Amino acid sequence: MEFNGYRRSNGTVGTRNYVGILSMVVCANEVVDTISRQVQRTASFMHQQGCCQTPVDIKRVNETLIGLGSNPNLASVLLVSLGCESTDLNDVAKAISRTGKRVETIVIQDVGGAARSIAEGVLLAQDMVQKASEMERVPCPVSELVLGLKCGSSDTTSGLAPNPALGITSDLLVQAGGTSILGEVTEFIGAEHLLAQHAKDPQIGLEIIALVKRTEERAKSVGADIRGGQPTGGNIKGGLTTIEEKSLGAIAKAGNAPIQAVYEYGVVPRVKGLVVMDSPGREPEILTGLAAAGCNVIAFTTGRGAPQGFSFVPVIKITGNRVTWDKLQDHMDVDVSAVMEGKESLPEAGKRIFREMLVVCSGRLTKAEISGYYKAMDIYTIGPVI
Amino acid sequence: MQIDAIIIKEQDNVATALRDIQPHEEIMAGVGDEARPFVVQEFISYGHKFSVKDIALGENILKYGEVIGRATREIRAGTHAHIHNIESLRGRGDLETGESKNGI
Repeated sequence: MEFNGYRRSNGTVGTRNYVGILSMVVCANEVVDTISRQVQRTASFMHQQGCCQTPVDIKRVNETLIGLGSNPNLASVLLVSLGCESTDLNDVAKAISRTGKRVETIVIQDVGGAARSIAEGVLLAQDMVQKASEMERVPCPVSELVLGLKCGSSDTTSGLAPNPALGITSDLLVQAGGTSILGEVTEFIGAEHLLAQHAKDPQIGLEIIALVKRTEERAKSVGADIRGGQPTGGNIKGGLTTIEEKSLGAIAKAGNAPIQAVYEYGVVPRVKGLVVMDSPGREPEILTGLAAAGCNVIAFTTGRGAPQGFSFVPVIKITGNRVTWDKLQDHMDVDVSAVMEGKESLPEAGKRIFREMLVVCSGRLTKAEISGYYKAMDIYTIGPVI
Repeated sequence: MQIDAIIIKEQDNVATALRDIQPHEEIMAGVGDEARPFVVQEFISYGHKFSVKDIALGENILKYGEVIGRATREIRAGTHAHIHNIESLRGRGDLETGESKNGI
């Protein structure tokens, strides 16, 4: 089985071919945004981090930016720095260069303000886009796909149709030698014993349990009931009552493949197959984490209709809620509501999502890409802003 | 097989409505390949749950054959089972600080 992708010089495969304009710090976002708007076929990444944070979080932001810049969906990368931030422009640039791709940098305080930085950045980006446009898609094996699994704005249909169908899709990809990444550790709470049974060995099982405990303790540390935050107000309106119920539905999207490894947020898996990555469930942070981990495609199930995508990774929206499919046509890509109505089996739906995924990976745009609904992204940090 | 609600595992004590269900309506609840007639006592919105047997105060709520929470009051068969009568057992920072409003 193959799809048509962009083979990079380090062997990884992109499903898209953008020039990435990445912000080193919250204070460089304006320049990143303006450059990206003025140069077609660029993809921007802006966030709220990069300064006045503990060293643990600064390291996290540096590593996430390296991961994002190294993602095979980017042909080349322009890093925009203010100049006085805590993140390390040289380290990030050097690390991304190791993938073999072109990396350019702009430092706003050195160039002399936003206007000059934008002018310089636009000219650089234009040249980078022209070079990138020479790349052509070539047939690549599906084993080159790194699929991010995500569910959002869930309701009770999520655990019955789209999540188990996506689980079958993920199993098919793993059988074909590909990689699937399961995040959203908050949504393991109450279902971690089942995930641990899927671990390839007892040690990985213990790592899954420990990761969930860490997440639950963090949530409990504020002294409130997690309910209201998780499940969200919208989840509750959709019929989900407790985090345990939400989790039991959420983990179905991981399918039945053995879990090979457990990674921290944004870390690129060193193994193929199904892996777990630490992350919260909220869209800006998990979508960024999956992109930083090297996902070249993300499958996102939804009940009530979550619109977010990601700027340089196609995010395929799958719903099992017929009302959502009918009402939110500009955000939904795949309808599996026939499963809810008993008119399609889960294996059939899972295979259909798999086929749709290959078409998208070969170039068909998702609704999130067409509508440009991917601006509100961020990096998952742990400590306080100081 | 036309069903109006689904009981995911035989041991579950709640079912999920697959459409809006009216009070006292006789519906078919699917369990595996079987459809069982059932009368729902009150309005249940699409996607919401109702109890399929009388559930006592403090009893575990079972869905997917797993514990999804605990009854904070008696839930009679055929009535709406949701946040007003079920509490989560996880992520309860409020229980540790004594701030719980509905803990039992």
